[in-house]
Order: sequence, then structure tokens, then C-alpha cells
Amino acid sequence: MNAWISKWGEWLEDRLGWRAAQRLLEHKEVPVHRHSIWYYFGGMTLFLFVVQVCTGILLLLYYRPSAETAFESVQFIMTQVQFGWLIRSIHSWSANLMIGTAFVHMFSALFLRSFRRPRELTWVSGALLFFLLLCFGFSGYLLPWNKLAFFATKVGTDIAGIVPLIGPFLLRFLRGGDEVTGATLTRFFGFHVAILPAIATVLVSVHVYLVQKHGMSTPPSVDPDKAPKMKFIPDFLLRDLVGWLTAVTVLAVLAAIFPWELGEKADPFSPAPAGIKPEWYFVYMFQTLKYIPSKILGIDGEVLGIMFFGLLGLLLIITPFISPREPRTGRRSLLPVVGILVLVYIIVLSALAYRT
Amino acid sequence: MTRRNVLNYLLGTTALATLAAILYPIIKFMIPPRIVESSASSVVAAKVSELKPNSGKIFRFGSRPGILIQTPAGEYRAFSAVCTHLDCTVQYRPDEKLIWCACHNGRYDLTGKNISGPPPRPLEAFSANVRGDEILVSRG
Amino acid sequence: MWQQLWLIMLISPVPAQAAQKAVESSCIRCHLAMGDQLAEPVKLSAQDIHFQHGLSCNNCHGGDPTKDALEEAMNPRKGFVGHPPRKQIATLCASCHSNAEFMKKYNPRARVDQYSEYLTSVHGKKNQAGDPNVATCTDCHGVHGIRAVSDPNSPVYVTNVAATCGRCHSDVKRMGSYDIPTDQQEQYSKSVHGDALMKQRDLSAPTCNSCHGNHGATPPGVDSVANVCGQCHVTQEDLFNQSPHSKAFAENKWPACVTCHQNHLIVLPTDAMLGVEETATCAACHDKGSAGYMAAQQMKSEIAGLQSRLASAREVLERAQRAGMEVSSPIYQLSEGRDRLILARVQIHRFTPAILQKTTAEGESIAAACEQSGWQALAELAYRRKGLAVSAAILLCMIGLLLLKIRQLKT
Repeated sequence: MNAWISKWGEWLEDRLGWRAAQRLLEHKEVPVHRHSIWYYFGGMTLFLFVVQVCTGILLLLYYRPSAETAFESVQFIMTQVQFGWLIRSIHSWSANLMIGTAFVHMFSALFLRSFRRPRELTWVSGALLFFLLLCFGFSGYLLPWNKLAFFATKVGTDIAGIVPLIGPFLLRFLRGGDEVTGATLTRFFGFHVAILPAIATVLVSVHVYLVQKHGMSTPPSVDPDKAPKMKFIPDFLLRDLVGWLTAVTVLAVLAAIFPWELGEKADPFSPAPAGIKPEWYFVYMFQTLKYIPSKILGIDGEVLGIMFFGLLGLLLIITPFISPREPRTGRRSLLPVVGILVLVYIIVLSALAYRT
Repeated sequence: MTRRNVLNYLLGTTALATLAAILYPIIKFMIPPRIVESSASSVVAAKVSELKPNSGKIFRFGSRPGILIQTPAGEYRAFSAVCTHLDCTVQYRPDEKLIWCACHNGRYDLTGKNISGPPPRPLEAFSANVRGDEILVSRG
Repeated sequence: MWQQLWLIMLISPVPAQAAQKAVESSCIRCHLAMGDQLAEPVKLSAQDIHFQHGLSCNNCHGGDPTKDALEEAMNPRKGFVGHPPRKQIATLCASCHSNAEFMKKYNPRARVDQYSEYLTSVHGKKNQAGDPNVATCTDCHGVHGIRAVSDPNSPVYVTNVAATCGRCHSDVKRMGSYDIPTDQQEQYSKSVHGDALMKQRDLSAPTCNSCHGNHGATPPGVDSVANVCGQCHVTQEDLFNQSPHSKAFAENKWPACVTCHQNHLIVLPTDAMLGVEETATCAACHDKGSAGYMAAQQMKSEIAGLQSRLASAREVLERAQRAGMEVSSPIYQLSEGRDRLILARVQIHRFTPAILQKTTAEGESIAAACEQSGWQALAELAYRRKGLAVSAAILLCMIGLLLLKIRQLKT
């Protein structure tokens, strides 16, 4: 049996040179310290992304991306297709879980300063991936073509239209026209299943390659030479698997006990339902826009709000290049303060949005 | 059998069971269900043989009732059957050759226009087309 | 003073031609100059539909608007009538409004029978007999700022009719000697028709004149009540006329609909009206054991039965829906069952249980089918949860074994 396997191994090595990858994985090590728990969140996000790809491909077998048929096809999946309810609910829940773990992964890299030299580009590719995930979420949300999704898209693209200079172009580009119509649906479908996955493939490959190249970063408080190491295979991977299987269990429970609702079919002529809110990962921005006064120093308040968030996004991408170097002992670093402020801001505004 | 072998054996078999538990719904999902098509936004309201001239039929359109009529001249027309006054379901009156609402005596002509009684607006019109021996009704 | 006049003309919607004519009128000039009470009619005239059509003070009051001196302008020999006596107001208005040739010039479709109708009414008869208390044209339509009936500010616009009638008919002192109730407006405002018109703004809902008429206002006679209500409630009238009640009520001179539903305080009928409980409407006349009593009892049980079937189906379906199951199809079907219930409630007016039974039977079978779908959805839900339990058990076993393996590898 073993001889047979090794013969096939030789055959593949000759043609693919796969042993190099095997050697890398066998030698890969993960530092063990009190902040090691955060190492799991990158892999978790990737795992949930894979879940999204798989359930997404399965949904593609039945989904129909036109205004006349989209809602009915999702209804069909939920009611007629065997385990359709399961695949669809997992896809919707996992999207939210994935963005949640992405937030955790990003903040942990921020607080643990994983973006220091030479890992700046790992951070940059990660930040871009984060925005990509938000785009996945925004485009996917419209696809069931129900009332909530329709109006969330309308409001979201309206906001995009307020960006200075390129706003009107951006609005038409996103909507496939001046209004949210079936053309928007088809376009968002194209973004969601083709364009964004293509970009994601590139970014994820770069990001994962860079992580392998530079190895796991250790936080400033830990001496990289003194910290004990754990082998990636089998120790870290087994722990990863525990996490991933836990995620699968959670998704199964959520899908069975809290199936994702169908809603009512979108009707462009009926008025917006009361109290529409975007998904939770946009809600703090939405709530902020509500609080900004309509004019500040002669400039439209909403424009300022959008530019403010645009600036924050930009700062996020260039964080490795603008954050202060390691503090000498005694001097407090500004970074965790800024990080905590941002986190608190997000939590408080989200809570305010859901209170009303 | 050492404890390690037992554990490995259990791991192996449970891993197979887990794989089966994950693959089973996926494979079942991919097998097409009995009703193959998801309903489009057009509905087969009736068969051509079912509806005579100067008669009407109530059918389901989405979550609301619709009314399909064949005018005395033989033309098919379809409307929402929800009366614009207080949402009762209207009906076709062959004796008066118009659409009538029993709740408060509202009347609509054969173009759906409100002509008498309380209804404030015409009935929403749908388009009705014949395909083979079926009459298809779709929105707009 | 001229400034005052032009200011009024500027802010009023009076067309230029009429404005011009008004300015030329000495009536307007003097009365405006005198101010206070005497200027009131002039100020109101800006809104008046007669002025907007080029008619002026003298067209009703007579006199000579070209003369400035009082004795000449308000000269009885020039036809001047100051305050017309109440008995003559209707005749004065009718001098134009009953003249078809004249009215055709302003509104070809205007009716010209208001005066003749008025003379048939209680108001008209008493007014001609000299009663100063009853309504005549100006009491309802206003006297100087008369607006079109279609103008929402007019006292006879459909939503204002009840208040206009109520000005007299709810005034206890004024109505003292007439021996009719004074609570009609209050009752109407609490009724389902009053609510529909005033609160829901359903302009098709009836108000006083829908049942009593406008100019020929008279309460419907006992034998015509069903016809009046039947203008809208056609089905109920039809059924009632075929029912045993129709002949019985006519013989006893009981008004058709009003006997059970009242006339002004018509509230939304409930199932509690039907049946043989002490408070039920049927029990008020039908003694225990009588044919009517049995019929009432049977109809009540049919309707209550269907209602409870529908309620239990709805409960199951809502439970399934809350749990996330897709049950929009049976919920739609259930609305057909509810349609049967509404039909059965209308068919009560035939007062023949057999007719009801057919409808309620249909409704019950629809409700049963829907409830069945609801149970199936809940069964599917239970199946899913069992499936979840099995899968979760396998996954948790796997997780547990992995943790054991991890522990093993540590040592």
C-alpha cells in the first residue's frame, strides 16, 4: 500500500514538483504565546470564504439572475430543492460570519502590529481583501430581489452617487442605469460571481503566499527567538480543524433553527418599508450619516461623511506606513488607542442604529 | 491495540462519517427536484377550453387574486381582482357584461376602469396572452 | 379706502371682469367703507361663486348699484330687498336656480329641481307654513360667501355635511318642539360610516344626504329603508327581500335594516349579534324553541365553526412561518377560506341555514387543507431538526476526537 502511494508521489513530483510545497508545510512553524489564539482567525476567514465559494457554486445551479425570475428561483431553492434551504441559509449566515471573523482578524493584526516590516504588503493586500468582502456582501445582498434588498441597494448606490467628482458616474456604473432595475441585478450578479471572485483569487493568493514567505508575525511584547514553536502539521492544523468544524456546526445550527428569510418580492413602485437598514457591517456608517448635519461650512454634510469614510479607508490601507515605530519603553504608543477608539465607535454606532 | 491506534481508528471512521454528513445534502441538492421549473412572473391562468366568451375566472397571481375574462367579443383580458375600494375580491357579471364587486356594489368596465360605486381607481391591468392551449397572464 | 378695495381684489381669486364690475358697484364701495359688520358681506363675496361668475349684490338684493346715494341705491321701487323674510329666501334663490334657460348659461348640467324638491321636504313644508326655525337655502349653503358643493370649504362638501346638519339637529334648544332625537350627528360620528368618511377619508361613504336626500330631505319611510341601504349593500338587500323576514317586517311595519342595525349608530356587525345568547340581536324577538330561534342557533354554530377552523389553520401556518418555513402558498389559500366566511356572514340576511351551510362547508374544507399544509411544514421542520441533531452529533464527536488527538500529540 505504502509502496503504491510513494510510486504515485514520485510520478507527481516529476511532473508538478509538489514536494517543495510539502517541505514548506512540513517545516512551517507557529509561535506559541499568550496572543497565539488570534492566529486562527485568518484561516477561519479563509475557510468560511471556501464555504461561500462552495455553497455559492451550488446555488448557481438553480438561481436565475433577472428581475422577473430571481425571487421565484430563491423561493424555489428554499421550498422545492432538496436541502436547498440548508445551502441557501448557510450561504447567507456564513457571509455574515466571514465578515465578522475578517473584522477580528484585521483588528488583531492591528493591535498586535503584524503589519511591521517586512509584512507591509501582507497588510495592504489584506485591507484590500476586506473591502472586497464588503463588496461581496453588498452585491450578494441584492440577488434574492426582495423588498429589503431592493431598498438597501437603492440607498447604498444613492450614497455612492454623492462621492465628489466621480459620484454620478459611479452611481450609473453600479446601477447599470439611473435607477435600480433588473439591469442592476444582472450587473451585481456579474460582480458577485465573476469579477469579485477573480480579484479575490489574485488577492488571496498574494496574501497567503506572503504569509507563508514571512511566517507568522510575533507581537512586539514577545521575543521571537525565545517563544516556543508549534509545528504547523499536525499540531496547528488539528487545532485549525477544530475551529473549522465548530464553524460548520454553528452554521448547521443557524441554518436549521434560524433559516434565512425570503422576504417579499421587490416592487419598484411600492414605498420603502419603514426603518430599512443595511447589513450590520455597514450599519455604523449609515448611522453616522444620519447624525451629520445637512451642511457644514457650506459643504453638503453627506459628502463630508462619505469623504471621511473614504479617508478612513485610505488610512486603513496605508496603516503600516503611517503608524508609529515601536515605542521605547515608557512611552505609550498611539496605535492601540486609535484602534480602540475605532472599535468603540463602530460598536456604539451600531448599537444606536439597532436601538431605534 | 494501543490507545493511539484506537484514537486513530476512531478519528478515521468519524472523519468518514463527517464527510458523509457534509456530502449527503450536497449531492441531494444537485439532483433536480420533481417540479423542475421555478415559477416565472407569468402564470397559467386557465386553459383556452376552460373559458367561454362573456365569462371570467379568478386565479392566483403572486400572493393576490387576479381575474381573467373573455369579453363577449372573444378577447382575453386580465386584471388584479382586488377591488380598489376596500380590497374585496371582484367577480365577472355575464348578465351586465362588466366586473362587479359584491361588497359595496362597485362596478368596473371591461377595461378595468371604475365606472360606478365607491371604487376610487381602476383595477390594475395585466397582460394576457395565449400560448398553445394555455392563457398566460403576466404583469405589465 | 381705494387701496383697501384693490388689496381685496388682489388677494381674492375673483376674475378680473368680475372684479371690475364689483368695483363699479356702489354697494361694494359703501359697505366696505362703513367697515365692521356691514363690510362682512363684501369681504365674503371674494369667495362667492356668484361673484366669480359676474353676478353682484343687486342680482339678489335688487336696487341700483350705479347710484351712490342711499335712497336711490337701496330704493324699493328699484326692486331693493334688504333682508328677505325667511319664507321668501327659497323663492328668491329659485328665481334663478329653477330657471333652466338661465342656469344653462352658467352650467349646462346644473339641476333645476332643488326648489320643487325642497317643497316636498319637512324643511320646505314647515318653512312655507311660517316656521322660522327650519332650514332653508342659506342655512346650509351660506349666504354671502357661497362656494360650490365640490369645494372642500363649502358647508355642504361631503365631509362637512354632517356638521352642517348637526348645527340645528344637535341643538337641543332649537329642536325642542319637534319631537325628534338630537343625537344623530353624535351617533353618526361613532358609526362605521362616520369613521369611513371622516377618519379614513373614504369619500364614497354615506353621510346624512346619502340616505335622507339633499333638498327633499325626509327620513326614508319604513318600507323604503331596505332600498336606501341597498344602494350600496345590494347583496344584503337582495337576500333580505327573499327571506322570511321581509314579509314579517312589512306586516309589522318594522323598518328593514334599521331594526337590527340601527339607523345612525351603525357599528361594525359582530358575530355576537347572531345567535341566541341574551345579548344577541336574534334573541330580542325569537322565543326559545321557535323556528326562528332554531335557525339563529344553527346559523351561529355554522359561522362560529368555520371561524374557529380558519383560526386554527392560521395558527398552525403562522407557527410554521415564524419558524422560517415557506408557507406563502397555503396562507394565500386560506384567504379563500376567509372569503367564504365573509360570504356566509352576508348570507345570514337570507335567514335560511341551509344556504349558509353550503358556504361554510366549502370554507371548512379549504381551512382543513391549509391546516394540513401547515402541519406538513412543521413536520418538515421537525425532520430538519432531527437531521441537525444527527449531523451536530457527528460533528461534535469529530471535534472531541480531534481535541483528544491534540492532547495525545502534546505528550
